[in-house]
Amino acid sequence: MSESKLLHVEVWRGAAEGKFQSFDVPRREHQTVLDVVTQIQREQDATLSYRFACRVGMCGSCAMVVNGRPRWTCRTRVSTAVKADGRLRLEPLKNFTVVKDLAVEMTDFFDKNRDAKGYFEPHKSWQDLSQRQFEIVPPASPQRQAADAGIECIGCGVCHSACDVVAWNEDYLGPAALNRAWTLVNDVRDGGQEARLGAISGSAGCHACHTHMNCTQFCPKGIAPTYSIAGLKRAMVSRALGRSAR
Amino acid sequence: MIEASHKQPGYIAALLHRLAGLALAIFLPIHFLALATALNGADALDAFLNVTQTPVLKFAEAVIVVALALHMTLGLRVLAVEFLPMREHTFLTVSICLAAAIAVGLLFMLNVG
Repeated sequence: MSESKLLHVEVWRGAAEGKFQSFDVPRREHQTVLDVVTQIQREQDATLSYRFACRVGMCGSCAMVVNGRPRWTCRTRVSTAVKADGRLRLEPLKNFTVVKDLAVEMTDFFDKNRDAKGYFEPHKSWQDLSQRQFEIVPPASPQRQAADAGIECIGCGVCHSACDVVAWNEDYLGPAALNRAWTLVNDVRDGGQEARLGAISGSAGCHACHTHMNCTQFCPKGIAPTYSIAGLKRAMVSRALGRSAR
Repeated sequence: MIEASHKQPGYIAALLHRLAGLALAIFLPIHFLALATALNGADALDAFLNVTQTPVLKFAEAVIVVALALHMTLGLRVLAVEFLPMREHTFLTVSICLAAAIAVGLLFMLNVG
């Protein structure tokens, strides 16, 4: 493809208040959306703020709203995201406070992992050194399989941006934190289930999910938080019926 | 511009589910009021039933039947997603729900004549 072809890009400038600024970026073969933003920042306007690190879909820092759809920009080719008229509109993620331009404040989002008790809590027996032994987790066991299905989250915030319930209720823990909690509910080495299920049972917890499936639709890693949240709802029912949550 | 997340089958299903629910919530009190006309004697009820024979109301009746069927199929879908250890192909299941509801409406119209 010739480099003389130009891509018309509209980029959000500002924070909550702001406007779109237009740039023309040379079109290149296999160009990613992140390449476009980098070209603008390096060659056209050094004041443009955005966030990226790994460029290979591991770190989860470059997510933006591309033509109305939240995406990881480093692994999104321009050719898949561009409109028929050759335009690209870049906005910061929805449901986050915008710091500047395309960079958003992620603190609340990550805090929700903590609030959903999305961290490993060893069994009581592990606190006694003499009791320690290897816990066998067979890879084919249903719990391990369920955890595997949700474990690859990179914390990019795409699901959080796409979620309608997050937009309606800012306290809602959101698909990423609840998915994380579900992987730990399925961790047989974990001893913090009561506190975890308690933390995610409130009005901001798993029962607030409306099963719109936006998170599942847009997750760049192919994770399905809707089903993880459904798993949590089932765990809650089991708990209410006095059965083990797993 | 409609957001990309609002053009997905899951969102459209949720929207239709709620709209159908609203339609039913509005219909039910009217339905009970209509039945209550029987308290004023058979003539009062018959007078009301005659009004329902107009084509517009017959069509409205079919719409309510579709809304009821839609509310049920989409509700069953949500229950299946949340309580069965299965993963759905959202576009396919929502399409089936819609098709079933419309089929129920068509059957109703055939019977109403």
